[in-house]
Amino acid sequence: MSSLHHIKDEHAEKSLFRSRAKIAFFLILIALVILAARFTYLQVWKYGSFRAQADKNRIRIQTVAPSRGMIYDRNGILLAENKPAYRLEITTERLVRPRVAGKRISLSQALDSTLDELELLVTITPSQRNRFLRVSRQSKPFQAVPLRLSLNERELSRIAVNRHRLPGVEITPYLNRYYPGGKAMTHLIGYVGRIDESELAGLDRENYQANTHIGKTGVERYREALLHGESGFEKVETNAQGRVLRVLEREDPRAGQDLMLAVDVRLQLAAWEAMSEYSGSIVAIDPNNGDVLAMVSKPGFDANLFVNGITQSDYSRILNAPDRPLYNRALKGGYEPGSTFKPFVALAGLESGTINVETRVFSSGEFYLPNVSRPYRDWRPGGHGWVTARSALQKSVNTYFYELGVKLGIDNMHDYIQQFGFGQPTGIDLYGEGVGILPSRGWKRARFNQPWYPGETVIAAIGQGYNVVTPLQLASATATLAMNGKRYIPRLVRGLKKYGHKDVDWLSPTEGVPVPVVNPLNWAEVRGGMEDVVNSSTGTARKIGKGATYRIAGKSGTAQVFGLAKGQKYDASTIDRRLRNNALFVAWAPVEAPKIVVAIIIEHAMGGGSSTAAPIALILLDKWLIEAGHLEDETISSQIQDQQVMR
Amino acid sequence: MIASGWIGRPRLDYPLLIVLIMVSIAGLFVLYSASDGNERLVINQAIRLLVGFAGLVIIALLPPRLFRHWSFWLYALGIVLLLATAMFGEGRGSDRWLDLSVVRFQPSELMKLVVPMTVAAWLHNKLLPPDWKEVFIAVVIIVVPMLLIVRQPDLGTALLVGMSGAFVLFLAGLRWRVILSLIGLVAAAAPIMWMFMHEYQRNRVRTFINPEADPLGQGWNIIQSKIAVGSGGLSGKGWMQGTQSQLEFLPEHTTDFIMGVIAEEFGLLGVLLLLLAYLFIIGRSLYLASQARDTFSRLLCGSLAMIFFVYVMVNGGMITGILPVVGVPLPLISYGGTSIVTLLAGFGLIMSAWGHRRFIR
Repeated sequence: MSSLHHIKDEHAEKSLFRSRAKIAFFLILIALVILAARFTYLQVWKYGSFRAQADKNRIRIQTVAPSRGMIYDRNGILLAENKPAYRLEITTERLVRPRVAGKRISLSQALDSTLDELELLVTITPSQRNRFLRVSRQSKPFQAVPLRLSLNERELSRIAVNRHRLPGVEITPYLNRYYPGGKAMTHLIGYVGRIDESELAGLDRENYQANTHIGKTGVERYREALLHGESGFEKVETNAQGRVLRVLEREDPRAGQDLMLAVDVRLQLAAWEAMSEYSGSIVAIDPNNGDVLAMVSKPGFDANLFVNGITQSDYSRILNAPDRPLYNRALKGGYEPGSTFKPFVALAGLESGTINVETRVFSSGEFYLPNVSRPYRDWRPGGHGWVTARSALQKSVNTYFYELGVKLGIDNMHDYIQQFGFGQPTGIDLYGEGVGILPSRGWKRARFNQPWYPGETVIAAIGQGYNVVTPLQLASATATLAMNGKRYIPRLVRGLKKYGHKDVDWLSPTEGVPVPVVNPLNWAEVRGGMEDVVNSSTGTARKIGKGATYRIAGKSGTAQVFGLAKGQKYDASTIDRRLRNNALFVAWAPVEAPKIVVAIIIEHAMGGGSSTAAPIALILLDKWLIEAGHLEDETISSQIQDQQVMR
Repeated sequence: MIASGWIGRPRLDYPLLIVLIMVSIAGLFVLYSASDGNERLVINQAIRLLVGFAGLVIIALLPPRLFRHWSFWLYALGIVLLLATAMFGEGRGSDRWLDLSVVRFQPSELMKLVVPMTVAAWLHNKLLPPDWKEVFIAVVIIVVPMLLIVRQPDLGTALLVGMSGAFVLFLAGLRWRVILSLIGLVAAAAPIMWMFMHEYQRNRVRTFINPEADPLGQGWNIIQSKIAVGSGGLSGKGWMQGTQSQLEFLPEHTTDFIMGVIAEEFGLLGVLLLLLAYLFIIGRSLYLASQARDTFSRLLCGSLAMIFFVYVMVNGGMITGILPVVGVPLPLISYGGTSIVTLLAGFGLIMSAWGHRRFIR
């Protein structure tokens, strides 16, 4: 060994090493104790907090959407349902990426080729493709991204046949809101559509987390809370990528409630049909409870187009149609009531004592205000001679009402007629109701900051001038008249059915503030005048009275859309269609115990109220009273009438 | 006895060997769980362990002086390989791997053994404690490979290599004032180091200081690892039941962060048992080292025992968030080839010194 070796002191070096090794071991021991202490701190002291964090990592609460309540008509006919449909989805992680020239194609190439293949099998618009690619980029590879909704039978079978060539492509069933009622029902039922940003702000996020759709219009919107139900929850375990591995807990959603409408689809469709090509609106009400039996706004549109997002071309077609199919005329439409307003004016005069049932007025065909040269005309040249309130209603004599209006004054007229609900919402269970206009001095001052002119009172008394009513208001007010002042808030929904329950929860009707009866004979006189309209030989709507097996009371109206110059003659066949008069008719039947009230407004009709609108009323009354058999119904209405008369 | 002394009957230290085997087998079970029941992975690891233990036995048969004589050549080979790696190496993100067509391996891993071996060989026939010239040479032996490894860039391995050399000096009785001044020097050099660090290395340090600042990026690993450890509690969630690891919240859970799996599934009790096993391995190795007859064996074996501790400490400190994230595997348990083989080779050297203590020279 080396020469140095004998100098080395083995023993000393060994003990030096041993002392260093001991120091090292001591330091190591301290370090490991510190490490153990750190573990103890994390695993014992902070255990609760970290345990919670670990659970928060892996456990996620998922919302499960409830199934939406159905909507039925009064006979149990389905108007809004959840129809099974199929959508096309692609899960990118399941796409097969073949080798091309020894190299695997990229994911986006694989996606593109799959999309190209699919385009040969089903219709995929460029916007659907782009939307899919956008959503796909933002999704995890294991998430199925929808490409196309509501595949039809042919598309389904084409995909089924080619399934083996299309890995990653799936057909998934889902529930699609479907409205079998067609165009006639749309304004009433409304529709659901995708939740948009503005709606999201006002929503209970938790309850809507799993929902993509929400009621947009009509009953679907007004009854959203009932129809929606309550979301369920799933406690799921996910991995770090968010993939759901298993369901730990589940609370089932509670389905929305089914709605039983007061509407009778058969009556609604009969009204729709009866209007033929005309635009306009028909409202039918059961005056005994406010049930809306029909509520038509024509033209309509197919609500199903809107459910999953309407295409731009469909939308602009509907939006730009000249007859404004999107506009709910029954609810929002503003029409001049014309002569259908006269019964209310007559009653205002009688009940206020301005006139009595015997007060007579001579109709010469023209009426003049003092010191005004402009004549106010009767519809019949030469006039109707001497008339009372009753016969003035029967023959629709303007002069009688001109005089009455002047005597009464606009504000008295306004204050009395207001009680029938004109100029204010009826309170029907729909959003966006129009209020119409019931003019007064105060209204004109507030609206135009102008004084009231006497001539305006004259035309207001025959339902023209500033008067604007909605079809719903007209029907509701007429029902009040038929019911001797008793009022009910119009309603579309009359029963609710909880999911899984057999019994329907029938809602009791809501009474409005009744119109006080001063003298029942006044009411009887006005109603008598309306009875004569249909039943007397000189009534304006005597034609429909002849065909009826029950007694009808009604009032026709023809409202000018376009003012005629002096001496100009109105001829519906030559004038531009859009300038033709509106034809109106209100009616109830049977006279002694009203079971149905209708208000009909036909826009730009070839004939007037009695020739165009009245026959439609007869169709509806027959449909309801005879065909549907409601004439035989036991109602309490006659008793109510008697009680009111006696009071 | 074989007269030549070249090859003796294997004289293995059975207490140490048994604990090493026990930890390795336990590690296979942990790995099975951590890899979500991936049998191929576990078999791969088992094969590596078998190779490692075979290497251990073979090395234990060879006399320590053989390694002492070879050490300078091995050192020279290591430097050449490091240079080769710098020129032809390949690997994920850094040039650590050398592909020898048959096996791919990291020369830097080899240096973990060769550097302390060379320093120990250098000091073997010197008077201890060494004088400053000898210390200077030793420092050069240590720093040259370190710099090459830092350039790869692999700061963690460079530090481990540096430390394994430094431990030899410490065990050789380097005077305390020299030790303290060297530590002071390193502390002073830290800001300069920072300047030469890669951005990802700086980020690791930044993240270590404040992991919550970037909870989804760099901080994710530390936060998830602490959650895994803490949620294990006293007795753990049970084998294969750790949510953090099974659901892949815990990063690198088969390699550097596997101790998080142990802590989560076996709880504090499992961790303490493991730490006790490691403490036994370290203590026993230091004892075996102190029983060695020659300086080379003592210094080398002592250094290897200490560096084993560093592995445990750095890995455990990392997963509990008291040390920065450095790519240091958990000895005997983390999935990965080279480190297991070098570690077991190290224990082979220790056993060689032990087995040959009676008939050196």
